[in-house]
This record gives sequence, C-alpha cells and structure tokens, in this order.
Amino acid sequence: MSIWLGLAGFGIVFFSAALMLGLSHLRRKTPSVFRDIPAFTRLRQAVGLVVEDGSRLHVSLGHGTLTTPQSASALAGLALLRRLADLTSAGDQPPIATSGDATLAILSQDTLQAAAKFSERSAFDPTAGRLTGLTPFSYAAGVIPTIRDENVSANVLMGNFGVEVALLTDAVERENTFVLAGSDNLSAQAVIYASAQEPLIGEEIYAAGAYVESSPLHTASLTVQDVLRWLIIAAILVGALLTLAGLL
Amino acid sequence: MNRKSPLSTVIAIASTAITIASGVLVLAGYFFAQNAVGQTSLLTDIRLTLLNWAIILAGFAIFIGILNLFQVHFKKIQKKEKGSFYSLLLIISLVATFLFGLVRPDQMEVVFTTVQLPVEASLMALLVVTLTYASIRLLRRRFNLFSVIFLVTALLILLGTAPLPLLGYIPGLSDWVRPFIAQVMAAAGARGILIGVALGTLTTGLRILFGTDLPYGGNK
Repeated sequence: MSIWLGLAGFGIVFFSAALMLGLSHLRRKTPSVFRDIPAFTRLRQAVGLVVEDGSRLHVSLGHGTLTTPQSASALAGLALLRRLADLTSAGDQPPIATSGDATLAILSQDTLQAAAKFSERSAFDPTAGRLTGLTPFSYAAGVIPTIRDENVSANVLMGNFGVEVALLTDAVERENTFVLAGSDNLSAQAVIYASAQEPLIGEEIYAAGAYVESSPLHTASLTVQDVLRWLIIAAILVGALLTLAGLL
Repeated sequence: MNRKSPLSTVIAIASTAITIASGVLVLAGYFFAQNAVGQTSLLTDIRLTLLNWAIILAGFAIFIGILNLFQVHFKKIQKKEKGSFYSLLLIISLVATFLFGLVRPDQMEVVFTTVQLPVEASLMALLVVTLTYASIRLLRRRFNLFSVIFLVTALLILLGTAPLPLLGYIPGLSDWVRPFIAQVMAAAGARGILIGVALGTLTTGLRILFGTDLPYGGNK
C-alpha cells in the first residue's frame, strides 16, 4: 500500500472514529430513534418467551475465522450473544452458543461465563459454548441436533455462513421455533431471505447491537454508517459525471 | 448476584487495554506499511508479529475446540440424552481418525476423500431440495411484492442457465435476460449490499476498539 493510499485509509477511519465519538456525546442528550426492523422487535418477544417458559436460546456464530475479514460479523454476533445472555439471565437455562471456528467457540464460552457471573443461575456450563464442526457442512450438521434436541425455542444465526445456512433454517422450521438470521455472505443472504422467518439483509446484522442495547456509541455508529454511505453515493455520482464528461 | 473481585476488575481492564492496543497497532500497520524512504515500517513488523501470534493461538484453539467437542458428546452419552448414539459414533470416528493419523499420517488424505467429501457432497445435494422447499414456503410465509420478484428472478435465472430437454437454451432468455439480470441488476445490488457490509464492518471494528462491544467476555 502506498503512503498516500495508507493516509487516505487512515483518514477515513480517523474521520469515522471522530464522528462516532462526537455523535455519541450528542446522543447522550437526545433519545435515539431507529428505523423499524421487525426482526429485532420479534427477537425481544422471543427472548421474553425463553425466560417465561424455561426453554433455551441458541446463538449460532457461523464459521468465520477471527484472523480474516469475515470475523466482523462473528464479532457482532458475539456482542449480541453477550447482551442476549444478560437478558436471559433470569431464565432457568443458559443460552447455547455454537460455532464452526475454534477461536469463536472459546470466545463464546468466555462471553457466556462473563454473563453467568451476573445471572441467578448457579454455575457456568462450559459445554454451553461449543464447536460443532470445522468445515461449513460439518458445522451445520453439528448444529442441527442442538436446534432439535435441546429445548430451544429461539434461534439467532448471526455470523459468517454460506449456503449451508439453509439446513439450519430448515431444521428450525421443522421445530416450529423462532429464528433470526443474518450473514455477511451474499449467497447466504439470498438463502436466508428465502428460508428464514426473520432475515437480516446487508448491514442490518451490524445494527443488532444498537437495536438490542442502544448505547450512545451504538446509535452513533449507525449514524456514521449513514453519513459514510451518502459520501460514497456522492463520490460514485461525481465519478460517473466526470467519466461522462471525459475528465476521468 | 456476584460482585466483582478487585483481581477480576484488574484482569478485565488489562484484557480490554491489550485488545485495544493490539487492534490499533494492527490497523496502523496496514495503513503505514512503508516508512518515508520506502522501506517496511516498524508498524508492519509489529502487525506481522501480532498476526503470527494470533495464528499460533488459533492453531492451538483448534485442539481445545476438539476437546470441547469431545466433552459435549461424552456428556450426552453419559446422560443418555436424545441422539446419544450419534454422539457415540462421533467419538469413535474422532478417536479412530486420530489413531489413523498417528499410524499412517501419509494416508490421512484418504479419510477426507473417501468419507468427508462424499458426506459433504450429499449434504450439498440435500440443499437443493431444502432450497426448493424453502422457496415454495416463502410465498406462504411472506406474500409480498419482493417475495414475488425474488421467486420470478430465481426462476428466470434457472431457465436461462440450465438447458431444457428438447428445447435446449431458450433464445432471448439465455443470451439476453439472464446476463442482464446477473451482470447488471444483481451485480449493482450486490455492490450496494457489499458497501453496506463494509461500512458495518468498519463501525463494528471501531466499537470494539473503543471497548463498547466486548466480544471476549470482559466485564461491562
């Protein structure tokens, strides 16, 4: 990467970070208003039901490796797992987290352990955060018994999935339980749109934190995304016009 | 409710500080890969070292993950839970593959090509049926304009891609409609979604760097 390209990249990140901090400071004084995403409203209802009827919540984090760019969706899933584990802390059973990557499995155990410290349940169960397989299909095959046999009434599939996610949404459909699904993979998003009750498309998976937790920084991060999106649209339009005029 | 001990507070603060510092150093290493005279910068060396450490840890994590898999299924067998027979099969296969790998490491590929690959290929084939069934259910679950457009597009792409018996490729559909949908409309939509995903990735990374999202179980 050349120095100028590096500086441009650093500038974008620095601008985003500064904007996020500034907006989060402003957001402390004003209540946040979000676009309605029905999937998150239904997720809250499903989580409430999990606590009421003593069933379990299942969060599947996909098979994105932490040392690759696909880790961002899994990290968003882990942050949501932490929040959902807190929300279900009054329930009889801890949530189950499944993943197709060993580092993710360890992080999910750590997250569940941290949440268990503040719950009313007695002890942390290390098998609640589990690795189910190391290839996409073995991972999916390992998750299906969890959906089917472990008294799960709400499923959240959030992370890096491929088309094998259809096997999971199909298993959920057969059990007639709730599912919210989102992936950063385009093929998986198409499959999820067709097969999941509550699909998350595009960057909606990264908005989960703001919708479930709604801290000033989460809300500000959504605004930053919108600002950057408009800047990119403007840049594309200007680029197209300059090309049309023969200047580029 | 448990109260936080001073030691756990110190550990939580230290882990958050180490995470943030590592994240900032790796990020800076990407942006400032070269110094003013065009040589590899110190930040790049630090980034590569940190990434190598992460890869070593990830390798060791696989071993822990396998132990976790063993523990989960052993517990299932012990408690005679539903599906414990399959857990037993899994453990037998795991141990057999491990022993085979120790005795004949040069033949490990045979296990993958004769067992793993055919099983995964059959799951892929099963996916075709699952997706067809899901498409039919889509109209029942969410009957709206977007679902109709989704299904009509999928049908057009299928008809335009696969040669039909007796008819072969359909004129117009195969050489104009399918390429237009796939290369113009779908590509434009996909780029829009990918830009959104990239922006989401950026802000998620920043939230982790700020310590707002703690995906490693640190105390809030």
